Amino acid sequence: MSWLDKIIPNSVRSEGRRDGASKVPEGLWKKCVKCGSVLYRPELERNDDVCPKCDHHMRIGARKRLDIFLDKEEREELATEVEPIDRLKFKDIKKYKERLSTAQKATGEKDALVAMRGSLKGMPVVAVAFEFAFHGGSMGYAVGEKFTRAAKVALDENIPLVCFSATGGARMQEALISLMQMAKTSAIIERLKQQGTPYVSIMTDPVYGGVSASLALLGDINAAEPGARAGFAGPNIIEQTIRQKLPAGFQRSEFLLEHGAIDMIIHRNEMRDRLASLLGKFTNYSWDESQLQEEVEPEEESEVIEAEAPPKEGEDS
Amino acid sequence: MNPNYLDFEQPIADLEAKIEELQLVSADNDLNITEEISKLREKSNKLTESLYSNLSPWDIVKVARHPQRPYSSDYIARIFDDWDELHGDRHFGDDKAIIGGVGRLEGKPVMVIGEEKGRSVTEKVSRNFGMPRPEGYRKALRLMEMAERFKMPVLTLIDTPGAYPGIDSEERGISEAIAQNLAVMSRLRTPIICTVIGEGSSGGALAIGVGDQLNMLQYSTYFVISPEGCANIIWKTVEKAPLAAEAMGVTSDNLENLGIVDTTIPEPLGGAHRDIDAMAASLKTHLVEQVDRLAQVPLEELLEQRYERLMSYGNPDA
Repeated sequence: MSWLDKIIPNSVRSEGRRDGASKVPEGLWKKCVKCGSVLYRPELERNDDVCPKCDHHMRIGARKRLDIFLDKEEREELATEVEPIDRLKFKDIKKYKERLSTAQKATGEKDALVAMRGSLKGMPVVAVAFEFAFHGGSMGYAVGEKFTRAAKVALDENIPLVCFSATGGARMQEALISLMQMAKTSAIIERLKQQGTPYVSIMTDPVYGGVSASLALLGDINAAEPGARAGFAGPNIIEQTIRQKLPAGFQRSEFLLEHGAIDMIIHRNEMRDRLASLLGKFTNYSWDESQLQEEVEPEEESEVIEAEAPPKEGEDS
Repeated sequence: MNPNYLDFEQPIADLEAKIEELQLVSADNDLNITEEISKLREKSNKLTESLYSNLSPWDIVKVARHPQRPYSSDYIARIFDDWDELHGDRHFGDDKAIIGGVGRLEGKPVMVIGEEKGRSVTEKVSRNFGMPRPEGYRKALRLMEMAERFKMPVLTLIDTPGAYPGIDSEERGISEAIAQNLAVMSRLRTPIICTVIGEGSSGGALAIGVGDQLNMLQYSTYFVISPEGCANIIWKTVEKAPLAAEAMGVTSDNLENLGIVDTTIPEPLGGAHRDIDAMAASLKTHLVEQVDRLAQVPLEELLEQRYERLMSYGNPDA
């Protein structure tokens, strides 16, 4: 693919990029929320949305996540029939139903989880990813059910399950049904564990609340992307409770590694290699040399330019 | 305002004050106003009955958090004989926000695990107001696994404002501690009976709440986020907590309709704190019946039922 092809707008490229805070016009350029560098979008995408200047791992959607993780061939989306249900007829200032349809229109997803069966360098895997842009990636019935059905495929076929989480936690509009999804997903993960089917949990920014206290921390391998924030209670709640400022780097992946919550921090660019290497050992899967060769892509000249001034808005939200 | 009464109970408090006053007068002056007093008492009971037959979800949250509401320790003292408390998670410490131990229920050995808020100020502080840290949940897990080895049913009593949101809690892996309990409880090879006795707040409650039977006392509550927390997120003010409590359906009748709660155990008129002995006796009756019933189910069948139930949560046809 030439660089010219890459700049032709398509639906994938325009998805989830409506960053209102950015002063950089839509299209070819994107400002890094961390270092303020103005980045050439096709170049950024080629780098898996990791800032080539400061290495900030930007948030990416569920489909893009699975797209850069799984082999291009033989993908099959799982549990597409699962839809969210408004069992409580929940209404606050807005009806939950309306919130759902807004989120569905904005993301093109039925709910906040996408599940696929595919392969990683030829090794069969089931992979699921949270869509943070859908209602903060929150877990209600649909997310819990999709996760569970995907895990069931992994369980029945005895192939590894990989989950990329990005979520604010349980979805309060489904109240206790959401809470029970924690128990449900944990129960099927426990079955994987008993059977000896590997489950890898990758935490990406951010992972909090009920998802953190269930499926995200139950991996045989727990890992996180650099700088990802993960914890049970959000920093604001903790500050309000203890009435003191939190230390720098609190709840970031480096903190999690330091405190023994995760096995490793994995750079997004190395995700495929590291997980293939890990899972290959857990499933005793081996590759011949030719299969691994195709992974190497020719490097192109970087086309990133530096911004004049740092952005005023510096936070992902 | 009498602190023993909740705001919506003030009319009852006023009547009770009047009754008390009359009793003092009659003692002093040998006046026979017994009839007057009994009339007022009847009125007070009727008023309580009518108020309590029409409680809003937010009123129920208040009853569930009543400062005199019986806690786990109150029930343990009244229900179990031969009680031995067991301490510590064997890794870090002993979390007093969770009480665990072995006792006998009508002679049968059982493992009891309960969240404990603490009554006096000193006790509240030492029990962290019933907000467990990771070591509390890990103590609970240790005791549950012990119950599995010694074939004792596990009875849990849920009453917490939530797992503790603090730096130390995060450092020691509160999320992992909760998650681990959910995973292990889903397959623990012994019957598990869970009862919400007061406030069942989110993951901190669920972490001792996965089992074969879920009871709720009539005026207890169970929610995924506190009504105040929910109101703060949606309306940006805790003032709207009553609306949030309504919307989330935090009471046992709603949760029974959703198939999450199995049994609602009625409370004495005016709430469990008005007659702790009667409440404990009634809870005991239910627990005895449930332990006996679950003991009849072959273990593999019990585990399969528990698992299938977990899998069904939220299913439209469940």
